[in-house]
Amino acid sequence: MTPPAETATVLEDAAKKREYKYGFNTDIETEFAPKGLNEDIVRFISGKKGEPEWLLDWRLTSYRHWLTMTEPKWAFVNYPEIDFQDAYYFAAPKRDEDKPQSLDEVDPKLLETYEKLGIPLAEQAILAGVAVDAVFDSVSVATTFKEKLTEAGVVFCPISEAVQSHPELVRKYLGSVVPFADNYYATLNSAVFSDGTFVYVPKGVRCPMELSTYFRINAANTGQFERTLIIADEGSYVSYLEGCTAPMRDENQLHAAVVELIAMDDAEIKYSTVQNWYPGDEDGKGGIYNFVTKRGVCRGRSSKISWTQVETGSAVTWKYPSCILEGDNSVGEFYSVAITNNYQQADTGTKMIHVGKNTKSTIISKGISAGHGQNTYRGLVKALAGADGARNYTQCDSLLIGDECGAHTVPYIEVSNPGAQVEHEATTSKISEDQLFYCQQRGLDPEAAVSLIVNGFCKEVLKELPMEFAVEAQKLLGVTLEGSVG
Amino acid sequence: MSFLSVKDLHVSVGGKEILRGIDLEIGEGEIHAVMGPNGSGKSTLSYVLSGREGYDVTKGEVSFKGQDVLGMAPHERAAAGIYLAFQYPVEIPGVSNLTFLKTAVNAVRVARGEEELDALNFLKFAREKGNILEMKDELLKRPVNVGFSGGEKKRNEIFQMAMLEPTLAILDETDSGLDIDALRIVSEGVNKLRAPDRSMIVITHYQRLLDHIVPDYVHVLAKGRFVASGGKELAHELEKDGYAKFGIEDDASAAA
Repeated sequence: MTPPAETATVLEDAAKKREYKYGFNTDIETEFAPKGLNEDIVRFISGKKGEPEWLLDWRLTSYRHWLTMTEPKWAFVNYPEIDFQDAYYFAAPKRDEDKPQSLDEVDPKLLETYEKLGIPLAEQAILAGVAVDAVFDSVSVATTFKEKLTEAGVVFCPISEAVQSHPELVRKYLGSVVPFADNYYATLNSAVFSDGTFVYVPKGVRCPMELSTYFRINAANTGQFERTLIIADEGSYVSYLEGCTAPMRDENQLHAAVVELIAMDDAEIKYSTVQNWYPGDEDGKGGIYNFVTKRGVCRGRSSKISWTQVETGSAVTWKYPSCILEGDNSVGEFYSVAITNNYQQADTGTKMIHVGKNTKSTIISKGISAGHGQNTYRGLVKALAGADGARNYTQCDSLLIGDECGAHTVPYIEVSNPGAQVEHEATTSKISEDQLFYCQQRGLDPEAAVSLIVNGFCKEVLKELPMEFAVEAQKLLGVTLEGSVG
Repeated sequence: MSFLSVKDLHVSVGGKEILRGIDLEIGEGEIHAVMGPNGSGKSTLSYVLSGREGYDVTKGEVSFKGQDVLGMAPHERAAAGIYLAFQYPVEIPGVSNLTFLKTAVNAVRVARGEEELDALNFLKFAREKGNILEMKDELLKRPVNVGFSGGEKKRNEIFQMAMLEPTLAILDETDSGLDIDALRIVSEGVNKLRAPDRSMIVITHYQRLLDHIVPDYVHVLAKGRFVASGGKELAHELEKDGYAKFGIEDDASAAA
């Protein structure tokens, strides 16, 4: 037998083995809102949460506006028309009318689900010191470490709870960064958002632990519309992590989230995402449509917002975590790894809007395409007239594995201030046969070789992730690309 | 039983026959030099022994310590103890030399049924082997071969060899692109790695490398066949009389 045939067999076997580890479904009694979308559904969701009048009005205004909008078509992604009437907009694990007061009262099946995902919710089991808010379909099911956070004055709770407990903060900031009319999916989210996470870090407080939310879509034909709002008051610091998974299903499911970040003077928000929604099977059947609006505003002087994302899942990703740099000397960062394998498509990037003086932004984007995957970086760097001394550095690197995938870079630069400096660098490369053979000759099997090369390619981004997440992300890169070389 | 046994090996690349019947027997601990002009098939021999894709064995067999090498994937051959020092070492951006080697060393150790080295023991091991090659710490931390000079790359190949402790090392034109000082450091490194249980195939165009790494046997390769074999004095004859003595044109165009 010749060596090429041998290697090919190894790779084919590996390709067959490729599995989405989080593809299980939890059989749990679920309460749905009636299928479809209309004002009654919006009222139903609002009613379920016992929301105040102003919020219901905001939702209804959003819904009515949404009816006048059309889906954006400019992204380099292709998917069949979504029938918005053929989905559930609210699904919640059924339980007694009274919310569980502690983890002991949470349905054991739910706890089991999160155990399977590697997220132990039982507080005594969490030695890592990460506080977790778990969102299952449309509701938040558990938030850990609440007491310790309360001591520090940090508010970390489901947004539905914050509406009740901190209405003045929610009312002031909800929609202040992503207005309800912002874009098609953000407007839809504003109408039907179900749950999500709320964080408030008071003046001068350094949040004593990483905050983390795990999102899980479980119910079939259900859209997930979570809403996250993080406010870092003067001189505070918070690091927030977000992870996501979903069962394997043949139908596509919609995930349209909105995330808003607000950083006041000298505050810093670090927002990290490991997105591993179900990507569909190797023929492109099923998977999550991930249409997400994430935006932060550096409202205060010398504030900083840093987005780090590792996007390995979803059938289609449409996502541009952005920073509006209002405060003088504020800093925006975007570090991204996006992988598309099989028939996955990603159109992702960022917007850096320089408003204040001496504002700085850095964009490091690593796109990896394998199989028939299509990967687009789309980014805007904008310096307004008053942005004296604004600086941006952008680096976009694409890595291709195989001959049938694609990588695209679409940078937009709009500079209205003559003193602003914008740098853009872009490269496209392929994993070469030379590199693969070199690694294999040193004892690495083909999978390990690809994983090592890809991790090297993504290093500048991975090093921005908190330690535990970085390890998880590295493994995920390997798993996502399994069977992609041949 | 010989250590490495190559019998009537025919190899084609893209349908063109490059090796046309190679026979080679190497005993444990022996050093064999393979000399030949450009295009004679030297690199093909190194690649086919290490298992690179695209090199089709049309006839013949290769056994190493009794194992059929040709049926093994490249990483399995590495685990079995076959090491290739590349003529053109490959760059792997973003992966530090140490990370690369730790992954490789542990992959090979696991395949050999040994325990993985933890970070601390690995580092100790790497420093120890690094000293042999006068590797600066900085080179260990830099991404694999990225921004290395020609000499540093070749030294890195021998350093990796020291780390992976192969029983058959194939050095493919390790002398190419080296100045005299680099050549000395690299060959001294190789000589320190000579061992009774480690055989080597030293592939070179020029005799000068063999002044530093003295072989037990020399084979002259031309147009895919060995045209002469002998002791180390054969290398000197070649140096004196050139490849013409063996009826070979030493010209890159002969390769076409």
